[in-house]
Amino acid sequence: MRVSIITTIAAAVSATALGAAEIAPTAVSFEDGTVSQSLSGVAGDPASGSEIVGSKKLGNCIACHQVSDLADVPFQGEIGPSLDGAGERWTEAELRGIVANAKIMFEDTMMPSFYKTEGFIRPGNAYTGEAADDTFGPLLTAQQIEDVVAYLSTLKE
Amino acid sequence: MTNLKGALSALIVAGSMASGAMADPVDDTLIINEELTIVTRTAAPAHVADVLDEVMSGWLFRGTETRAMQADDFDNPGMIFVEQAEDVWNTADGSEGKSCADCHGASSDMSDVRPTFPKWNDAAEKVFTLEMQINDCRENRMGAEKWKYTGGDIVNMTALLASVSRGKPVNVAIDGPAQSTWEDGKELYYTRTGQLELSCANCHEDSYGKMIRADHLSQGQINGFPTYRLKNTKLNSAHARFKGCVRDTRAETYSPGSPEFVALELYVASRGNGLSVEGPSVRN
Ligand code: HEC
Ligand code: HEC
Ligand code: HEC
Repeated sequence: MRVSIITTIAAAVSATALGAAEIAPTAVSFEDGTVSQSLSGVAGDPASGSEIVGSKKLGNCIACHQVSDLADVPFQGEIGPSLDGAGERWTEAELRGIVANAKIMFEDTMMPSFYKTEGFIRPGNAYTGEAADDTFGPLLTAQQIEDVVAYLSTLKE
Repeated sequence: MTNLKGALSALIVAGSMASGAMADPVDDTLIINEELTIVTRTAAPAHVADVLDEVMSGWLFRGTETRAMQADDFDNPGMIFVEQAEDVWNTADGSEGKSCADCHGASSDMSDVRPTFPKWNDAAEKVFTLEMQINDCRENRMGAEKWKYTGGDIVNMTALLASVSRGKPVNVAIDGPAQSTWEDGKELYYTRTGQLELSCANCHEDSYGKMIRADHLSQGQINGFPTYRLKNTKLNSAHARFKGCVRDTRAETYSPGSPEFVALELYVASRGNGLSVEGPSVRN
């Protein structure tokens, strides 16, 4: 118990220390659609990533993708390919690029850009139908992207 | 890298086509009250033939029970509102003391109207939706108050006017003075809005037949409007539906009755030219 508290604090401290190292959505550097550098500077947590992929309120990836590993999440969509085996098909840098901004790897794809804050037409305030205000941020935070990438990396066929 | 990507996207395309086939529209025929056959799929009109082979009613994408409700007027909850509107049709209102029937005769005499709306109005010099036309009659011919654009009174009246046209083919004009409005609507249809950057076409042209989360995507046709939705248990106008779809792209929506939605309605209606009018339809 004690150990884990200390680890958590240590992680929090290092995250803060590395706060400056967090890469802003407008500063991500893509190479052929891939992003090699961690966006948060903190290792991703696959358990949190799995939650984000399945949750309607977070990544909602399941709206378009099937994931056998999340068989308990109902109503998996079929707009994009199944994510089974994504960790084998793609490297970590490729997955980070796809999740951060899939339109660079797959031109004109329907997949939303999860780590992007500029260039939208009539951006709204979440699902209210109202215009975006100054709380507007990327669909997922830097750490959430890292968590999703860590989870996808575990998906082996 | 390029080759690898090419190979992968080929796989992806093959995969999504296979799964799309699993959720295809049903092979079924809509016959209302055992006598009126509705055209729910037909060859695409020339102006969309480059992107669609066939145009299909949303009815084909709904479940067995929802489809059955629309096949019988006693089971179609939308018909209650048609009856209410029939009473209003025959009731005088406004400073002129006239009812719709006083000038137009029986509501059933209006069966050629719904299929051609939205259409150009010479006096107003713009494209009129059916709602705009009805409000124009109320304000300028009856001396009555305008109805709220998506309110119950007007949506009921559009349900009445749709119901008397059921079975007739949608046939809106896209040329002549309406052409520039139609082009504005087309542009909106293909614009990827909101933080999710999705256009109408992404969902209703590229992905119809597929599941998006729990929803079976249709072509987003409006030949069935107004629709009685089991979800909110009331009649819904096309603009209310557009608003919901735009909102779901995490965008700032347009307002019902706005010039943008009027243009979009004309364009979307034209994509269904040839399908039967089937409003009020039943959807989930
Ligand atoms: C609106 C639909 C949509 C949503 C939501 C969506 N994607 Fe995708 N995704 C796609 C499509 C379509 C493709 C196929 C790429 C293309 O367009 O060529 C794709 C491709 C991918 C790929 C590469 C395909 C492969 O081989 O595995 C990954 C990985 C992926 N998505 C992950 C995600 C994750 C993670 C999320 C949630 C954070 C997500 N997607 C949300 C539509 C979507
Ligand atoms: C005082 C007579 C009058 C009354 C009352 C009246 N209208 Fe009209 N309406 C007209 C005239 C005249 C036109 C055609 C002229 C025009 O295009 O504006 C018309 C046109 C229409 C049209 C379009 C018909 C077409 O073929 O394009 C519709 C629909 C309509 N009215 C609905 C209604 C409804 C619904 C009511 C009752 C709420 C109503 N009207 C009340 C006179 C009337
Ligand atoms: C993210 C995907 C998505 C986008 C983008 C989208 N829609 Fe929809 N739309 C849906 C879903 C899901 C439904 C309900 C199932 C169905 O009929 O497709 C729906 C239903 C509809 C319907 C009702 C069809 C019927 O027969 O009852 C219409 C009309 C419609 N959409 C029009 C539009 C228009 C116009 C746009 C662009 C402004 C648009 N949609 C954008 C997902 C979308």
